[in-house]
Amino acid sequence: MTGKIRVSLYRAAWSLVIPILFLVAWSFLAAYTKNDIILPRVTQVFELLGHPSADLISMGSLIANILISLARVMAGYFLAVLIAIPLGVLMGYYGSVFNMLNGFLALFRPIPPLAWVPLVLAWFGVASVATVVGLQYGKWYIYLNNLKLSMIFIIFIGAFYPILTSSIHGVRNVKKTLLDSARVLGAGELSIFLKILFPAAAPSIVTGMRIGLGVGWMCLVSAEMLPGSISGVGYLITHAYTVARTDIVIAGMISIGVVGALLDLVFRYIEEKKFGWQRLTR
Amino acid sequence: MIDENVIRIDSLSKSYATGNGDTIRALDEVALNVRANDFICIVGPSGCGKSTLLRIVAGLEHASAGSVHYRDTMHTGPTREIGMVFQEYSLLPWRNVLDNVGLGMEFAGTPVSERLRVSRSFLKLVGMEKFERAFPHELSGGMQQRVAIARSLANNPDVLLMDEPFGALDAHTRILLQKELLRIWEKNRKTILFVTHSVDEAIYLADRIVVMSGRPGRILEVMELDQPRPRDRSNAQYGKMATQILDILEKEVSSSV
Repeated sequence: MTGKIRVSLYRAAWSLVIPILFLVAWSFLAAYTKNDIILPRVTQVFELLGHPSADLISMGSLIANILISLARVMAGYFLAVLIAIPLGVLMGYYGSVFNMLNGFLALFRPIPPLAWVPLVLAWFGVASVATVVGLQYGKWYIYLNNLKLSMIFIIFIGAFYPILTSSIHGVRNVKKTLLDSARVLGAGELSIFLKILFPAAAPSIVTGMRIGLGVGWMCLVSAEMLPGSISGVGYLITHAYTVARTDIVIAGMISIGVVGALLDLVFRYIEEKKFGWQRLTR
Repeated sequence: MIDENVIRIDSLSKSYATGNGDTIRALDEVALNVRANDFICIVGPSGCGKSTLLRIVAGLEHASAGSVHYRDTMHTGPTREIGMVFQEYSLLPWRNVLDNVGLGMEFAGTPVSERLRVSRSFLKLVGMEKFERAFPHELSGGMQQRVAIARSLANNPDVLLMDEPFGALDAHTRILLQKELLRIWEKNRKTILFVTHSVDEAIYLADRIVVMSGRPGRILEVMELDQPRPRDRSNAQYGKMATQILDILEKEVSSSV
């Protein structure tokens, strides 16, 4: 066995110590409480996680609910990306745009996404993307009716600010010499944006997109507690709670955590692969 | 009447407003004519506004009073006719050397094949042809400046401005690049306006040396040099010139301290 493999095995083992201790403590506590509603056994929860396509309390499978939740988060998230990045780049580059918008946007920043719920319900009610495009039946109606406007809005609000802030910072931190040298080489305003500002700020923007996706995913449960929701992991958790199925609650929570961590991992991979130059540049 | 000057600087002044409401005069009534194929070095104490002068000529900053004419037209913004090499490393860190050198041509919409051909020929000129796939962070400071010079030249500017391009390099690399710059200049005879705070560098390179005062920057003296290149640093005349310029600067600095 080479030294390199030994080191990575050692590292992997070391990082498993805390999770194993955690599971052991959980097992002891569950054996001690002897109450599945307060704390189900580890095996019970992993039994559920081990059969992710099995139907749960007639609400569809874990996988199906995760996919519905993902679709909702993606809808709100892409809307946030589409608006926050161009806005952030403009705000970072033009002082006048920043001065005009920043005070206004800063007012809304501290409001937790959940605080928007009553207003959002008053605005959108149970209207969904299907309502907007005018569908009332069919296969696509079923898909699109899951994407309630109110949920998309809550997730949008959550993802918007991290992306906006990091886009502004990314553009502001672009070295002035890069802009100056592009200008003396004859760059027009559009070239400055596309060939200098955007690529130079991209690492920061992608970090913001990663954080924004995390926040959007965290807003999921609050979004899926809204009326009109009959599916999704967030709804699954709240519904399982009302029927005292704590094991499903925990399995749902673990699913949210795992999916969130996987999404984060994808972004970290992109950051490392695509923007290694940033770490290596003084 | 056709002006034979490539660049004409007339009674140029520049003042800045500072944060606390004071104004700083960076340049005061600077006048200078730059002829085609001139190699002019501007020397002066730090903070004398020589970089500001260059940035105004480049079109990156505006004058408070006075004007800069480029070939008989009033010059107000950056153009690809006037290139510039900066002291700080200015290559795009996410592009390899070849794509950095082609940047100006990319802005101008030059076809890719032509871009690559020209980029490669200028990389060869600065001796960096073996590094076309390298990224800036893989290169030393001197190599990065070679690429920056190639990038400016590949854009085929009429005038090349150089703002202490070797200022951040160690003494040995600096002397090597001065030699290289002269070799390249002998080939294409671009009009060069070169800012430095090193008197030695100015005497080694220039046809004319412009000596500037401390803040606010004024032109104290313009000296013509006609010694053939490459110049020998151990030559008596070389030393005499250096002493002469240093005397002017010393008087200037001691009167302002």
